Amino acid sequence: MRRASGQGLNADAGRRRFLAESGRIACGVGLFGAALGLYARRAQALPAAAIRPPGAIAEAEFAAACIRCGLCVRDCPYQILHLAKPEEPLATGTPYFVASQAPCEMCEDLPCVKSCPTSALDHQLKDVFKAKMGLAVLVDHETCLNYLGMRCDICYRVCPALDKAIGLDRQQNARTGLHTLFIPVVHSDACTGCGKCEHACPTAVASIKVLPLGLAKGQLASHYRLGWVEKERAGASLVAPDIEHRYQLPEGMGYEAGKGATPKAMQGSKL
Amino acid sequence: MTSATARRWLGAPRWLLLRRASQFGILALFLAGPVFGLWWVKGNLNFSLTLNTLPLTDPYLMLQSLLAGQAPQRLALVGAALALLLYLLVGGRSFCAWVCPVNLLTDAAHVLRQRLGLKHSARMPSQTRYWMLAMTLLLAAASGDLAWEMVNPVSMAHRGAIFGFGLAWAVLAGVFLFDLLVVQRGWCGHLCPVGAFYSLIGKLALTRVRLPARLACNDCMDCYAVCPEPQVIRPALKAVGGVAPIILAANCSNCGRCIDVCGKNVFAFGIRLNPRPGSPS
Repeated sequence: MRRASGQGLNADAGRRRFLAESGRIACGVGLFGAALGLYARRAQALPAAAIRPPGAIAEAEFAAACIRCGLCVRDCPYQILHLAKPEEPLATGTPYFVASQAPCEMCEDLPCVKSCPTSALDHQLKDVFKAKMGLAVLVDHETCLNYLGMRCDICYRVCPALDKAIGLDRQQNARTGLHTLFIPVVHSDACTGCGKCEHACPTAVASIKVLPLGLAKGQLASHYRLGWVEKERAGASLVAPDIEHRYQLPEGMGYEAGKGATPKAMQGSKL
Repeated sequence: MTSATARRWLGAPRWLLLRRASQFGILALFLAGPVFGLWWVKGNLNFSLTLNTLPLTDPYLMLQSLLAGQAPQRLALVGAALALLLYLLVGGRSFCAWVCPVNLLTDAAHVLRQRLGLKHSARMPSQTRYWMLAMTLLLAAASGDLAWEMVNPVSMAHRGAIFGFGLAWAVLAGVFLFDLLVVQRGWCGHLCPVGAFYSLIGKLALTRVRLPARLACNDCMDCYAVCPEPQVIRPALKAVGGVAPIILAANCSNCGRCIDVCGKNVFAFGIRLNPRPGSPS
């Protein structure tokens, strides 16, 4: 009896030791895991200068799907891709390029996508012009030479989707009153985010930059409707037809767009 | 120790020499591409493509990716299956002893520890690695991210050697110093979840160290002293609980140090099946 209880005590002490030790390890490993999880989460915000290769899936998924093998880096004929080093602010070992250093050359056969052994680069992407690596944004109107009234047009001309991704909208040059400004306007439906425009921009710091889509692209609320689009689609106004605006003006005065209130007698004349 | 001396090649223990040749050889195969333009093997230990046909994927990484909710392409899955099969054949932790670049570092730390006569080692249970393994898998499932890959010294070391280290050297220096000053065989023997994963494969793996001459053991304790995981030897050597003369413990990394060191030729590589020959009964 005495011996049995002694064994019980031993077993009890053993169990206590086991539980205490397990608790100790669990705490240590758990703390490390929590810190690691938070650290990894921080890296999910892609820095503005880092652009993923063509076909890269959404950033939150990308870090989980990419197994950091670097085959896309190897198969890129222009060697523009890098694997993120531990000190760089994106998921360690994942591929990216920096457009201002070397933009994507948009190979028609997409060797980087083909080399990817996972779904991190979407193998459904067959047409490089459908890629959405990022979106070009004319970030600085004050330094863009075209905005200043010159005919630089370099971003417009180097764009692989010529005249589709970047257009030149004409505006009056208010400074001279005589000339036209050719304003580069990016169309997000055609821009692949290759970064050719940023790379070629002649200002000391590029005035047009490619940014990750999450940073660059706005989105209308899903319930928004563009009245003129709906009207055209329906063939007629969807709300009560516009009524003519009535101005509260002194007798004998009328209103003309661009001229303001004028005596009715003068309306229609050329000033 | 005459027979032990006989098993030395070029002045070094035979299996140690072969092991280093394997570790450096594999690294050299991966480096032949970027250095000499010989692209026999592309990628790194996470995933590699040999001669543009043979895919090999780290099954541990693949498991994390699957747990994080990602469905990989067939190539990566086939690669993981092949790697799994390979290590089921050659021994789970053979990865640690014969392939992993961090092992070179931690072995160096251990040699230096011995040279400097550093005896102190902080107490850390060696099963901590399984908790680390569970934690990394849980974290992948919970965060939908490959969080462990942010800091994994194994992939950092290999990727660093091939694609550039950056500050990865600081992490590797940390592992080295941890092994040198804090815990003896600390990283590989106590903490590394990659090794823990390969240990689990090792539970089923075919190639094992056998003890065909365990009755010849003269208790010199050389094997215990040289083994990085000495706890794996005793059950097989001393037939604890009637265990067959095969080291079946999962943590054995098939490094072959015991084979090299034993003066009585107790140990030899073999397979786990057919435990009869050499058993004392």
